[in-house]
Amino acid sequence: MPPVTTNIVRLDGVEKHFGAVRALAQVDFSVDNGECVGLVGHNGAGKSTLMHVLAGTLTPDRGQIIVRGEARQGYTVVMAQKLGIRCVFQELSLCPNLSVAENARVFHPGITGWGWRRRAGNLIRGKLDEMFPGHGIAPDALVGEMPIGKRQMVEVARAFTVTKAPLHLVILDEPTSSLDSHTAGQLLAYVRRVVASGVSCILISHLLREILDYSDRIVVMRDGAVVTSGRASGFNRDSLVIAMGGAAAGPARPEEAAASLRRTTPVRVRARPATQRDGRELVAHEGEIIGLAGLAGHGQTELLIRIFSGASRRLPGAEVTAPVALIAGDRQTDGVFPLWSIAENIGIRSIAALRKGLLISSRLEEGFAERWQKRIKIRTPDLRNNILSLSGGNQQKALFARALGSEAKIVLMDDPMRGVDIGTKLEVYDLIRAEAEAGRTFLWYTSEADELKNCDHVYVFRSGRIIADLHRNELSEERVIQSSFQEVT
Amino acid sequence: MASVAAPRAPRVTSSRFRVPRRFLRAALPGLSLALVILAIGKLNPRAVSYFGLNLMLNLGIPVALATIAQMFVITVNDLDLSIGTFVSFVGCVTATWLRDAPLLGVAVLLGGVAVYAFLGAVIHLRNVPSIVVTLGMFFVWQGLAILVLPKPGGKAPVWLHDLMNFRTPYVPFPIVAAIVIGVVVHAGLMRGSYGAILRGSGGNPNAIGRAGWSLLKIKVIMFALAGVFGVLSGLALIGLTTSADANIGKGYTLLSIAGVILGGGEFVGGHTSPIGAVIGALTLTLAGSLLNFMRISPDWQVGAQGAILIIVLAARALINQTGGRAP
Amino acid sequence: MKLRGNGNFLARPWIWSYLGALLVWLAAIAFTRGYGAGGMITAALALAVFCVITGVAQMFVITLGPGNVDLSLPANIGLASAVAMKVMHGSDSMIAAGLLAALGSGFSIGIANYLLIRLLRIPPIIATLSASFIVQSAGIAYGRGLQIKPPPGFAAITTAQLAGMPLMAIGTVIFTVGAGILLHRTIYGRSVLAIGQNPRAAWLAGIAVERVRCATYVLSGALGGICGALLAGYFRGSSLEIGDEYLLASIACVVIGGTSVSGGKANVPGLWGAALFLVLLLTMLNTFGVSAGIRLLVTGFVIIAVIVIAGGQKPLR
Repeated sequence: MPPVTTNIVRLDGVEKHFGAVRALAQVDFSVDNGECVGLVGHNGAGKSTLMHVLAGTLTPDRGQIIVRGEARQGYTVVMAQKLGIRCVFQELSLCPNLSVAENARVFHPGITGWGWRRRAGNLIRGKLDEMFPGHGIAPDALVGEMPIGKRQMVEVARAFTVTKAPLHLVILDEPTSSLDSHTAGQLLAYVRRVVASGVSCILISHLLREILDYSDRIVVMRDGAVVTSGRASGFNRDSLVIAMGGAAAGPARPEEAAASLRRTTPVRVRARPATQRDGRELVAHEGEIIGLAGLAGHGQTELLIRIFSGASRRLPGAEVTAPVALIAGDRQTDGVFPLWSIAENIGIRSIAALRKGLLISSRLEEGFAERWQKRIKIRTPDLRNNILSLSGGNQQKALFARALGSEAKIVLMDDPMRGVDIGTKLEVYDLIRAEAEAGRTFLWYTSEADELKNCDHVYVFRSGRIIADLHRNELSEERVIQSSFQEVT
Repeated sequence: MASVAAPRAPRVTSSRFRVPRRFLRAALPGLSLALVILAIGKLNPRAVSYFGLNLMLNLGIPVALATIAQMFVITVNDLDLSIGTFVSFVGCVTATWLRDAPLLGVAVLLGGVAVYAFLGAVIHLRNVPSIVVTLGMFFVWQGLAILVLPKPGGKAPVWLHDLMNFRTPYVPFPIVAAIVIGVVVHAGLMRGSYGAILRGSGGNPNAIGRAGWSLLKIKVIMFALAGVFGVLSGLALIGLTTSADANIGKGYTLLSIAGVILGGGEFVGGHTSPIGAVIGALTLTLAGSLLNFMRISPDWQVGAQGAILIIVLAARALINQTGGRAP
Repeated sequence: MKLRGNGNFLARPWIWSYLGALLVWLAAIAFTRGYGAGGMITAALALAVFCVITGVAQMFVITLGPGNVDLSLPANIGLASAVAMKVMHGSDSMIAAGLLAALGSGFSIGIANYLLIRLLRIPPIIATLSASFIVQSAGIAYGRGLQIKPPPGFAAITTAQLAGMPLMAIGTVIFTVGAGILLHRTIYGRSVLAIGQNPRAAWLAGIAVERVRCATYVLSGALGGICGALLAGYFRGSSLEIGDEYLLASIACVVIGGTSVSGGKANVPGLWGAALFLVLLLTMLNTFGVSAGIRLLVTGFVIIAVIVIAGGQKPLR
């Protein structure tokens, strides 16, 4: 008879090392029935590692994993799933060459035999209807042809489907990072409903508002250990940031007469989305920080890519008067060179300048990287280490260094702060402001309305077109949201 | 983000307007086949008859089987550069041992499949590129073929010869065989529940592994299937040619790769089509006859095969470009 | 060239290939009781030259990323050998012209390959495959299967020796050093390595991806052209099949030499080790007097064993 317990899972004294790096140090962590635990921390704090241990994809060097009162030996993903513990990671786990229904079947070994396709399709469609009413996803749609937001919806919905294995705990690692605010709201509301019915959730998010609004209990991690935990009602934004090791929110940005900037400095970029009909266009003057806002996936990235292409060849609807550099948000597919060192990754945009004569000089390259490591504070013992040895936030900083270190006068940013910790973000905002004051122009697409406060001027996108044009004086979250949902004629 | 009472975002249809393009992509192999048949029919109407089609498409069966074998390997993001010499090896064994010492012959052929399965395991466990391993096997099978049959000769077993020369009513045997092959493999790989897992391992192996499926088992199964169809291909070939030589399967590697690609498969990502592969193989086989009828100088016949490949792929690129998946 | 500290120094296959070459040579001369040891090395060096030249060509193409292979090399080499010999026309004064013609032939094939890949969006394996079919036909039509002899001066250069080392080998070593510098220390080389790892990131980082791709296929084609001319000189006659074995040999050299088949990582010194190893292996087998079948078997097993023992890239997190 297993002892009576209210814990779904408990980790006792878990430790994990990756070579010399200590990812988890003596961590005690537990989740009760029917509770939503919010997990926050700096990048490199150990959150993902801890969740991997919980989900069974990583074996801890030391410590016990106790599920429903019983210590488990040889804990693996398969065992975890049989015990009802599931995980939705940041990297998507769908097969792009399979349909939505087939992906559901991958998750449930029991769906075999005659009519399996229909059963799998009904299962996933039912869950999607329950979680995201109005989703518009067909079970026979090919995942590879769906935009990332829809894929995220399928992935999360799949995690909540039940056939044979029970459902006790779902770990959600940045589940809203690819969703627009409306869908994110639907997801979080569903999480509350499902928690009320007895299922537990662990919610990892860098959006502190989400954590504060939707968790019952919050756990803060730093440098591989739990530093504090308690009821969500006992925390606020500032206390969380301080607990994670960051500074409290600084004073509000001094008001500048940015309107004057709109007239005196030369125009650097003039661009129009392909489907724009009313003549509105995006204009960026030298030294401005221009924000691109609106629901995710509504044409912001497309325009940035157009502007990027417009710098090297003539494109209708994209006038660019200076060299551009682009900082990608999806660093795995758009940014990082995984076989190279940190120094090589930083220098690649500027290798022409790092030559002595015709050949690249490694001394110049390393000096360049060192200067930027100091400036942007990349945490690493050696710049010659492979880039993947850096935490996600520091990798993103390396990509920033690559772009800012180049001769580009215009910097395009494609939601580069996604999934990055608050400490890194604050450091980079300061850097962007400094660079803008020195004459660089920034075009910044962000899916977080908070970040728009850094911008001089914001263009709101809807269905691939610019729908609103807000000066910073008129800027407010309500106006942005309202414009995002405005119907396009 | 605070929840806001906002009007619902309009529904974005996912598959409704993609279907025509997907159909077009899937129909391309069939269209190319139809075009080749039409061209042949125009140049030589008598060729498009039961007898003519039988003659032209006969050698398409071993090619189709080899193409299916290659398709299994390509579906899991690998490439088999040795299928041609494997077919030669099987052919040599068939024309000698299978006829004279059937038990030994069967054992050796099963051993060949076992070797393929073993290769799959090795490639997975050691994480080595299949291009290199199958490159080595190219030499191994070639050497074995020469050892089994140093000089051209041998004779096909009677039952095999009879099977391959079976006269089906109304529809030529090769077409019937091709349909059977295509349908059977399609049913297993595309419609079957485990088939989805097999294909998924080509699209996102990590995800399949994390869901608890054994990637090792999948790799071994796919390679073993390639071996099985390689054996079938060799058997079919000898059934038609009745004798063998160590080089008999020489062009099959490149033909099989071309067939898979013509049929809509892709090298990476697990996108695959068994029916497309079979159609691709038949198209390539017919292209040979077409070139004969067009009285292309034998000097340029090889070149014309290349040209046909290029034309079909250009057409597919055009379709892809008008939306759908990025090339 | 920095040696990154990942893994054992000795765990790299390309180091082993030099060792393997040595072992195989020792086995061969043990069999002949030391007779012809020097000659074996000289001959091996000469033959390795062709593996290395095609290996460099294939290495740059393969490093561009998965799916990039130049399957048109054999047909290219065959045609170039015919072109070179026909232009040289047996006279020493036309040597330079013949070499230029071969270079030009290879160059055009490289451009044709690239246009197929770029304009028609055909995967490189198929594009170079189709091109090879067409080039083969062109070769047949042009050369009519005749074996044209090289001018005596040219043949002499290709077989000349300097202090026991074939002149061609010395030249190729210098060429290899240049290739290494091109790969690691020029913008072009860095671009190839970047594209091989992540073509989209390379484009977004400001690399002229298509221009680099074009240059690479053109380079491969040009090297094939030169190789064809040299082969015709060395073997005293042009032939359309003269390049057939160099398709697999070039890929084997590249892979055994430590270049990653998934692209983005290339190893130049390894090419020589792999080439010597393969050539000496065949020499050893010939010395032992084994039959053609066994020779093929052993070659195959060796290639597989080398790559399996070394293992592949550890999957990136």
